Amino acid sequence: MTTKQLALVIDLNVCVGCHACVTSCKGWNNAGEAGPLTDQNPYGADPSGTFFNRVQTFEVGEFPKTETVHFPKSCLHCEDPPCVPVCPTGASYKRAEDGIVLVDYDKCIGCKYCSWACPYGAREIDESQKVMKKCTLCVDRIYDQKLPEAERKPACVLACPTSARLFGDIHDPESEASRAIREQGGYALMPEWGTQPANHYLPRRKTEKHLHADELVRHDNPLKVDGKLPRPDAGEPALDDVTSW
Amino acid sequence: MNPAWSVVLFTTLAGAGQGLYLALFAAQAGGRLLQAGMAIALALLGAGLLASFFHLGHPERAWRAAAMWRTSWLSREVIVLPAFMALVLAYGLMPGMALGALGAVACVALFVCTGMIYACLPFLQEWRTPLTIVNFTLLGCASGLTAAAALAAWLEPALARPFAQAALVVGALAYLGRIASLARNARLRPKSTLATAIGVKHPRIRQIAQGAMGGSFNTREFFHGRPREVVRAARWTLLALVFPAPAALVLAGPGSAPLLAAAFLLQYAGLLAERWYFFAEAKHPQNLYYQSIA
Amino acid sequence: MCACRCGIRVHVDEQDGRSAVRYIEGNPQHPLNKGVICAKGASGIMKQNSPARLTRPLRRKAGAERGAGEFEPISWEEAYATLAARLAAIRRMDPKKFALFTGRDQMQALTGLFARQFGTPNYAAHGGFCSVNMAAGMIYTIGGSFWEFGGPDLERARLFVMFGTAEDHHSNPLKVAIAKFKRDGGRFISVNPVRTGYSAIADEWVPIRPGTDGALLLALVREMIEQGLYDRDFVARYSNGGQLVIADPASPRHGLLATDEGADPVNPLYPQDKLWWDRHSGRAVLSHTPGADPSLFGDYRLADGTRVRPAFQLLADRVRPHTPEWAEAITGIPAATIRRLAHEMGVTARDEKIELPIAWTDCWGTEHQTVTGNPVAFHAMRGLAAHSNGFHTVRTLAILMSLLGTIDRPGGFRHKAPFPRAIPPSAKTPTGPEGVQPDTPLAGLALGWPGSPEDLFVDAEGGPVRIDKGFSWEYPLSVHGLMHNVITNAWRGDPYRLDTLMIFMANMAWNSTMNTGEVRRMLNDRVEEGEQRGEYRIPFIVVCDAFQSEMTAFADLVLPDTTYLERHDVMSILDRPISEFDGPMDSVRVPVVPPSGECRPFQEVLIELGSRLKLPAFANPDGSRKYRDYPDFIVRHETEPGSGIGFLAGWRGADGAKSLRGEPNPEQWQRYAENNCVFKHELDPSYCYMRNWNRGYMEWAQRARLRRWGDPILVHLYSEVLQRFRLAAQGKWPGRRPPPALAGRVATYFDPLPFYYAPLEDQFTDKAKYPLAAITQRPMAMYHSWDSQNAWLRQIHTHNYLFVNPRTAAASGIGDGAWMKVESQWGSVRCMSRYSEAVEPGTVWTWNAIGKSPGAWALAPDANEFTRGFILNPVISDTLPGGTSNSDPVTGQAGWYDVKVRISPA
Ligand SMILES: Nc1nc2c(c(=O)[nH]1)N[C@H]1C(S)=C(S)[C@@H](COP(=O)(O)OP(=O)(O)OC[C@H]3O[C@@H](n4cnc5c(=O)[nH]c(N)nc54)[C@H](O)[C@@H]3O)O[C@H]1N2
Ligand SMILES: Nc1nc2c(c(=O)[nH]1)N[C@H]1C(S)=C(S)[C@@H](COP(=O)(O)OP(=O)(O)OC[C@H]3O[C@@H](n4cnc5c(=O)[nH]c(N)nc54)[C@H](O)[C@@H]3O)O[C@H]1N2
Ligand code: SF4
Ligand code: SF4
Ligand code: SF4
Ligand code: SF4
Ligand code: SF4
Ligand SMILES: [Mo]
Repeated sequence: MTTKQLALVIDLNVCVGCHACVTSCKGWNNAGEAGPLTDQNPYGADPSGTFFNRVQTFEVGEFPKTETVHFPKSCLHCEDPPCVPVCPTGASYKRAEDGIVLVDYDKCIGCKYCSWACPYGAREIDESQKVMKKCTLCVDRIYDQKLPEAERKPACVLACPTSARLFGDIHDPESEASRAIREQGGYALMPEWGTQPANHYLPRRKTEKHLHADELVRHDNPLKVDGKLPRPDAGEPALDDVTSW
Repeated sequence: MNPAWSVVLFTTLAGAGQGLYLALFAAQAGGRLLQAGMAIALALLGAGLLASFFHLGHPERAWRAAAMWRTSWLSREVIVLPAFMALVLAYGLMPGMALGALGAVACVALFVCTGMIYACLPFLQEWRTPLTIVNFTLLGCASGLTAAAALAAWLEPALARPFAQAALVVGALAYLGRIASLARNARLRPKSTLATAIGVKHPRIRQIAQGAMGGSFNTREFFHGRPREVVRAARWTLLALVFPAPAALVLAGPGSAPLLAAAFLLQYAGLLAERWYFFAEAKHPQNLYYQSIA
Repeated sequence: MCACRCGIRVHVDEQDGRSAVRYIEGNPQHPLNKGVICAKGASGIMKQNSPARLTRPLRRKAGAERGAGEFEPISWEEAYATLAARLAAIRRMDPKKFALFTGRDQMQALTGLFARQFGTPNYAAHGGFCSVNMAAGMIYTIGGSFWEFGGPDLERARLFVMFGTAEDHHSNPLKVAIAKFKRDGGRFISVNPVRTGYSAIADEWVPIRPGTDGALLLALVREMIEQGLYDRDFVARYSNGGQLVIADPASPRHGLLATDEGADPVNPLYPQDKLWWDRHSGRAVLSHTPGADPSLFGDYRLADGTRVRPAFQLLADRVRPHTPEWAEAITGIPAATIRRLAHEMGVTARDEKIELPIAWTDCWGTEHQTVTGNPVAFHAMRGLAAHSNGFHTVRTLAILMSLLGTIDRPGGFRHKAPFPRAIPPSAKTPTGPEGVQPDTPLAGLALGWPGSPEDLFVDAEGGPVRIDKGFSWEYPLSVHGLMHNVITNAWRGDPYRLDTLMIFMANMAWNSTMNTGEVRRMLNDRVEEGEQRGEYRIPFIVVCDAFQSEMTAFADLVLPDTTYLERHDVMSILDRPISEFDGPMDSVRVPVVPPSGECRPFQEVLIELGSRLKLPAFANPDGSRKYRDYPDFIVRHETEPGSGIGFLAGWRGADGAKSLRGEPNPEQWQRYAENNCVFKHELDPSYCYMRNWNRGYMEWAQRARLRRWGDPILVHLYSEVLQRFRLAAQGKWPGRRPPPALAGRVATYFDPLPFYYAPLEDQFTDKAKYPLAAITQRPMAMYHSWDSQNAWLRQIHTHNYLFVNPRTAAASGIGDGAWMKVESQWGSVRCMSRYSEAVEPGTVWTWNAIGKSPGAWALAPDANEFTRGFILNPVISDTLPGGTSNSDPVTGQAGWYDVKVRISPA
């Protein structure tokens, strides 16, 4: 746990499901080292293509207590990635220096075995190039010295309008990503398989307002100014009528 | 999973080839039977290998697959398979105890490798059991024995009956093993649920959209997409053809080459169904993320 | 700049001497989106390279039917010559026979100028069917509105309540703001029949029956008043709540504000001679008399005996019966929830006040050491607007916001320049048919803001002058026109026939029209008898589009436009600039790749036509061409000779040193290009709040010529403007009166106080037969109809489902994913169902404009858009029984979301 482990932390509390991360990822990687990410039937029936990141929608609960959850998913860069050891060619590997799980397209024989070994469905074969592809954490961006520091981040992170995607080293306890995981209940997907995904998700968090009865009964009620608050009614019986001291 | 014919063919053809080898080696067959048997075993293995190439996106790079034998059962299989094929060839040309035994070791290793390719994946619970290796091995042996019996009935009738009897015994065991795994799998409760998949604790979660409407690799590779009836039919086919039907033929004509050959073909058809079902039955947890479009 | 308003950086590859787009990302330096982008923007490369691009001018083949899409390419010269000859003839005869209607563009300043110069009143953009209720309802109440005009200050708000918004125009900034607001612990409530998108991340979802928000808002206003949770200081000083309304039904001035005849009106157009009942002295005084404080309640008599009541009292009386229980029955929201919401809003506004140490002076000279904010912010969009009762609903919302004291204050609603505007803004149309003359520019703007019946654009009988009947008694405040009526009216010849209809950037043959099937028939229909027998009822249709849409198929002449990556554009202060809360901002677009094929920007087409037709604004006095091209026009055009006001506000003056006003600067485009294509004028902090009543701001705005007048803009809790029309309908108005057939309608809907009525369509619907509301929403990853040609985006939405609550679906025997029929009294469509727990059981909905008409958008014949997609428009009617448009009776806003349906398996 000492070396670097880069990852995304995805905040489901603010993700609105806009798919900006989806097409920004496609755009960057299509033009970059992983590209082209090919499409099948782009203008015909059932268009389909290679994407590294998809945004899905789930509904939790029943009307009217329904939560709609927008759920972005890309490779989680598992700390113990089952997809890597199974690869017969070594095309799939996890980088020692920063924990990014990558595929070497020149070595890949397209046997798909690694995709079977990923419980998350994070790998997609490029149907035209016949090699396995997946999220690279934009490894061809994040170290690019030609880019200004602030832009050395994955394309999806820069695109996300709600900044629902934090990027950083989750082994560095001081990173924004680590802090978010620690302080906002970050969790891993399918922990039952021990893959230790590096990417984490932040849960929905609700802000509620509790009103106290006395907040509605106040001396500064503006109705008083206009003489509108109920005045005591002189006609009703009072102690005065029934007692003498 | 979505059964790939390349893999179904490979595992069944190679399994039969392996079983045939083991049968002939165990019986210490020789002469024409041995030569023909080794040739057929090689042919089965070769056909399997050929089929497996169709599974690859880049078959021309297949040689690279030997690289990761330390970690990958697939890589190990890629090494053991040609080694075994070489041994089969050698044994056919120069039969000898030591060579034959080496071949048998390689043969068993190949069964283990093939089985482990599936059994090593922790979250494919249907495959994650020693029964996977047992079944691959026993089913391969049973079909190999049936093939050996048929071959013997033609080339060396004296061996036909013992092969047939062995085929019945091993076939019965294999059948039991397969039924055991069916029974086991029927009781499996998926460890992953939508709740663990997206990390929201609630008993009622439904997917509405998966982010791609025209399908994706994920919808094509991990789910057969066939109606339930087809899957059920595959199971009945396998239950009928893997053992009972060929066994009946074997019993009807333990020395008859045509009947034994028919038994082999029936059994092989049963194995195709069995292997198809093996893949189709496996529920990949990734499918939790690919249930609905909108 | 991207397709709408965000800043982008386009990475371009040079290949074989041609530049090609490689990658598009958000521009971190752009003040609007600050580097973020949306799914559509990031897929721009696939629009650019789409096979559906139009690349040559096309003419419908002789003998080919409209809609068949059979064309032959022609040269631009031929296209120009044909058009110029045709238009010149129309202009000489009767300019109104030419109509120019434009869709989702951002260049109304230029298209409007062209139409006005041509002399036709028949011009509008898409606003009339889009969200005019949002604009009019708020501008007639607070002098500003949401979207480009203003918005919620989520930086400082503590409670944010959003009504009926799925995406909206400034969607990226809104997303940035909502996320930040949530992270800062703000509480977010969404009122919407459906829980998707923004509503998904709301802390509380309040499902509501469509079309009933007016009832909810009235109940909230009632609770606010009954509990005394309104901001009295704000209401008394900054709204007309304390002003006295004449309460004498016999008087011709009944319902108007009482005035002090002797007082100086300051500005006769917006006179400041209204009265307060001073609660200290117990007598009527000129409003805003120093030291006085108006009574908000009561019943008084002026010295001359006139009975008067404070406007606020009338409002309180109006809402008193509208209890939460009353609203529960209409909206489906439990009364307890309504009460709690009202209390939350009121208590948050009152107890979490913000004081900013910013000194400012109000229009009456009082100096304030601080700016106060009541941190409750609202936002609303078409969920309120796109109903035929939307004007009053939106007005009620604006009133609620005002009662809470949140107008142009920190944490509440804030204006964006050039807003706030006077109520109503001073732009006006001609007032009668004489405003339209051959070979003469229109005597006024094509669109304006009526303040009284005298401002309507009607003939002597009270009949409409415009083809869409805008500004007639049928839709008096149709300030954005009624684009949805144009084709139907032109086909009917009601009020008259057109000759040439030019459509720019709108898909009127598919998704931006109601009653799509009929409209497509009308476009292709011919005259059956008489002289013109055999001619098309709409004789000549010109469509300028960048893609092969459903609409282009119906054109006689197709003009291939450039894309947003290929042309110059401006987001002008004269139009809808990109201003933020703290000052005016405008921006430009510069081409990054050369035009594809023979594409030409529509701007160039207008300049060319304007020059050929010798329209005064585009030609020199000697008739010669005035502007080389569009960029030249932008730099040199001034609103009036020497006004110093042009399309762009930045880097004006010969040396570029001036801004907002100044002589043309030939280097202006370069300056913009060097500055991220954005000009921003940051206002002095003391001018950034309370602008309706901020003397410093008003004086600055006058100097900058953002405004003509500097009078304070009081919130119209009570709308005297509406009352003027009502008086006319009641026969009490001294001036123009509606035709008798419309008097009842005007009298009903021009209520000076907000009220709730069921959407008009309900009045004609058997609710037992058609029990469900059907609505649409925009998907965040599609822009109306035109992203289906985008290979990436159409993988996300390649067809659509009708979302139905499982209980509702099961009751009709419809399975999840099954084919079904959705039917209104106007038509039916077949579609597939998708069960959803995130929709109120009385509502069904689908994504907007995903289904396509076969043959369009260069998609294969078996594309999912055709085989499984659908649009809801064919079940929506553009006309109600009796012949009026299915539109808000005040503004003409199309009632898209009023349709009632039933569902069955199919
Ligand atoms: N991605 C994307 N962005 C767009 C556009 C696009 O096509 N795609 N279009 C642009 C245009 S032209 C416009 S006008 C804006 C529109 O932006 P929005 O106003 O956000 O557009 P709609 O999708 O019509 O959203 C209407 C919302 O109101 C809800 N609703 C419907 N009826 C009612 C009702 O009676 N009460 C309440 N409370 N809610 C109701 C619907 O469920 C929906 O959530 O978006 C602009 N931005
Ligand atoms: N059922 C239902 N119908 C609705 C709505 C709804 O909510 N529900 N919403 C309504 C609203 S608010 C609106 S604004 C309308 C929008 O409806 P439209 O205005 O029709 O919008 P689009 O589908 O975007 O069509 C615009 C056209 O512009 C073209 N275009 C794109 N880029 C360019 C360009 O650069 N130049 C030119 N010349 N053309 C270009 C496209 O190809 C397309 O044909 O739909 C309305 N229709
Ligand atoms: S998410 Fe899947 S592909 Fe990515 S590292 Fe983990 S197991 Fe491998
Ligand atoms: S598909 Fe490529 S990366 Fe995956 S296991 Fe096979 S060779 Fe390795
Ligand atoms: S990190 Fe890069 S590759 Fe991975 S999902 Fe984001 S944009 Fe795509
Ligand atoms: S860009 Fe951000 S908000 Fe949009 S879907 Fe992706 S993670 Fe969610
Ligand atoms: S909202 Fe999206 S498409 Fe529109 S300008 Fe912004 S990034 Fe571009
Ligand atoms: Mo719109």
